[in-house]
Amino acid sequence: MAKISMTVNGKAVSGEVEGRTLLSAFLRDDQGLTGTHIGCDTSQCGACNVHVNGVNVKSCTMLAAEADGAEVTTIEGMSNADGSLSVVQQAFQDYHGLQCGFCTPGMVMTAAALLKENPKPTEAEVRAYLEGNICRCTGYHNIVKAIMAASGQDVMPVAAE
Amino acid sequence: MPKDSGIGASNKRREDIRFLTGTGNYTDDINLNGQAYAHIVRSDMAHGTINSIDVSAAEAIDGVVKVFTAADFEGVGGIPCGWQVTDRHGQPMQEPKHPILAEGKVRHVGDPICVIVAETAELARDAADALNIDITELPAVIDMKDALADGATKVHDDLTNNLCYDWGFGSEDLDAVQNAFDTAHHVTTLELKNNRLVANPMEPRVAVGDYARHSDESTLYTTSQNPHVIRLLMGAFVLGIPEHKLRVVAPDVGGGFGAKIYHYAEEAIVTFAAKALGRPVKWTSSRSEAFVSDAHGRDHVTKIELAMDKEGKFLAVRTDTHANMGAYLSTFAPSIPTWLHGTLMAGNYTTPLIHVNVKAVFTNTTPVDAYRGAGRPEATFQLERVIDKAAREMGMDPVEIRRKNFITEFPYATPVAVEYDTGDYHATMDALLAKSDHAGFEARAAQSKANGKLRGFGIAHYIEACGIAPSALVGQLGARAGLYESATVRVNATGGLVVMTGSHSHGQGHETSFAQVVAEMIGIDESMVEIVHGDTANTPMGMGTYGSRSLAVGGSALVRATEKIINKAKKVAAHLMEAAEGDIELKDGQFTVAGTDKSVAWGDVTLAAYVPHNYPLEEIEPGLEETAFYDPANFTYPSGAYGCEVEVDPETGKVTVLGFTAADDFGNVVNPMIVEGQVHGGLAQGIGQALLENCAYDENGQLISASYMDYAMPRADDLPNFTVDHSSVTPCTHNPLGVKGCGEAGAIGSPPALVNAVIDALQRGGHDVAHIDMPLTPGRVWAAMNG
Repeated sequence: MAKISMTVNGKAVSGEVEGRTLLSAFLRDDQGLTGTHIGCDTSQCGACNVHVNGVNVKSCTMLAAEADGAEVTTIEGMSNADGSLSVVQQAFQDYHGLQCGFCTPGMVMTAAALLKENPKPTEAEVRAYLEGNICRCTGYHNIVKAIMAASGQDVMPVAAE
Repeated sequence: MPKDSGIGASNKRREDIRFLTGTGNYTDDINLNGQAYAHIVRSDMAHGTINSIDVSAAEAIDGVVKVFTAADFEGVGGIPCGWQVTDRHGQPMQEPKHPILAEGKVRHVGDPICVIVAETAELARDAADALNIDITELPAVIDMKDALADGATKVHDDLTNNLCYDWGFGSEDLDAVQNAFDTAHHVTTLELKNNRLVANPMEPRVAVGDYARHSDESTLYTTSQNPHVIRLLMGAFVLGIPEHKLRVVAPDVGGGFGAKIYHYAEEAIVTFAAKALGRPVKWTSSRSEAFVSDAHGRDHVTKIELAMDKEGKFLAVRTDTHANMGAYLSTFAPSIPTWLHGTLMAGNYTTPLIHVNVKAVFTNTTPVDAYRGAGRPEATFQLERVIDKAAREMGMDPVEIRRKNFITEFPYATPVAVEYDTGDYHATMDALLAKSDHAGFEARAAQSKANGKLRGFGIAHYIEACGIAPSALVGQLGARAGLYESATVRVNATGGLVVMTGSHSHGQGHETSFAQVVAEMIGIDESMVEIVHGDTANTPMGMGTYGSRSLAVGGSALVRATEKIINKAKKVAAHLMEAAEGDIELKDGQFTVAGTDKSVAWGDVTLAAYVPHNYPLEEIEPGLEETAFYDPANFTYPSGAYGCEVEVDPETGKVTVLGFTAADDFGNVVNPMIVEGQVHGGLAQGIGQALLENCAYDENGQLISASYMDYAMPRADDLPNFTVDHSSVTPCTHNPLGVKGCGEAGAIGSPPALVNAVIDALQRGGHDVAHIDMPLTPGRVWAAMNG
């Protein structure tokens, strides 16, 4: 067992983990941050995406011990300070970019990372950037639209296209 | 102008807030005090005899609580099948036993053998290494035709053979059908496969069992589309727990698509183990486990024949299908290739003679059951493919041959036992052609050709039967349950409402759209209406969500219960205003006396009902709470025209979907935003089936597409933007909202449109290719082009 500490959503946390404990398991089971979801076991789906030191990573692909000393942001830390939805979160609601909600935390983390790197992406760039995030409900149409809207670019209205 | 509230408004979804902030409550987020963890040890062979299972070394490991084997489940019932199909000779289908854990034999890769319960999930997994399970591998039957051959290895020793049933259906005068083919101007024949798929909701299945000794009550938290169905099946047929001692909760569920309808062994395992061990037991599926233990979908092999006169009028359709059941019968499996497939073989067309034959076959593979569309995609695919081939052979335009045969008068009784109430297929076809700029296609094709690419346009028109279903009818067809839906509307004293529905939302947005319906009926703000679902402890017995039935059946129950509320509230209002009940009108949350300026607010009436100081107690009871059970009079029949535009790279065979247009008639629409989202998702799954996804076994029964490394889920850059249109509206005539259902349409209409488009592209490029089986991977397309 190793003792680790890190900052999660601005709060200092620590815990004892086995060497094999994944960051995703540490966040969900030790920290009770169940917004980070586990959708596969081959690092394909992206439901577990979090930001580690500002980098978008699949938390199922990183050992908790590797995140010792890191700054971690999860979906629970993405809202504005007053609790209101961030621009990206709000755009997902406004443009119906989610249905069952299971892939949504990872999608929001990836979308936020994309817009930090590339504030005005083209639609093709959005689709390419989402390569590591699988959604089974939306067909991505409205996720792409939400991200384009969050970047401040014009998109078609939500319904009756 | 679009509405901004009530029926027809694209309200933002209220459930989104919790999902966007990581505060949803999915089953795997539930952890109970003292909980232990179950790991299921599964067969890695497709077929074998279990000689011995030695659990002693595993049980001796510190932290392992218990290892369960089939012997521990003696006296526990097997997993029941919910539908009995009668074959064409009047005999019931062959129905094998489906034990909770394998007894004596394993019959597919993934068949559960033992359950290890330990203090942690990791310990439970690790302990599997200490089990000593001796299995002698047996030959496996994987291919359906091999399984039906004389002398084939039997999946179940106690059955006669591997044939579950041989079902014949449709026009009874087989001589007339044969005569139509014998005398037809032209017969088009097509042999095709409808590829096996895995539903893959993003949330893997999870089950948590709990037992309260003080009340002798069991609770199961599970990832289900229909908690009441699970409670009934598991309680009555498996574990023998009466409903009043069994609570089933399906909290936030991360997608279903059919795979979460069925009662699975793991649900019974954790419920049983929690009671046996006196502590909660949790099982969480891994994705790899999901691939071998979630019910699969589709897997039909079909020959279809279409007879036409010289004008291209359809005279007769005959189909012969082999449908894979897998190793055991999943809950609704027998009904999918029969009543949800054969009954749709008329499509949108006036074909007078139709005969359908289906042989359902046991193989050493994971069980197959409903997946989004369930039978209807298989029907639509073969029909719309053979029509396209027929148009080509007859030298007709694919739009024209369809228009020539469209049903135009309703109600229309098909030769395959269903009666369509409404539809306007020319209108949806018109909408498709306009929205897809079909007129501009030739210019776009010329541009592609100039770029060295082959462009094609494919059309499919679909019909589906939703809103399953009239209980008396499905009872005649072999269903072992009714298929009504329920709602309880509880009005609180200060006027807010809690609506408890038997439907279940796992992405469909019922909490938003159901509230729109109730709020509009009363004329109050939607924020006053709360929708509760997913817990048998606080919802009336309902059959759940699948088959695009929630609004058509569950919404109708909601309307009926709300009507009862309004009728009673009017009596109270009449008393309060000293008027005749018949003179009371309700509008915008105000009760008025017709022709007067007297009025009383909704909230005053509800308060009077619960504080009955001034109340007609001798005439009506206090309180305001009503329940309705709605049993539909017929199925609903959504329809639509789908168009796909593709470009094929002749160098590589790679297909790019450039555009996809869906023009649907869903009847009335409550929330257009949600409806369009449902279509998008269905299209992605249908395009996934046609282009990418394939659930493949090798000849030994090993699943070779058992993770996202090998099973090609559609990604964002595989798909185009979609154009959707639901401006064609022919309301359903027999439910109070006039709604038809929209959840499955996209997955039904899109595969044939895409394949038709690719064939069109290849034909335009001079390649005489009549058909390619899905998925249309670059390798398959290139091989077809290059002989």
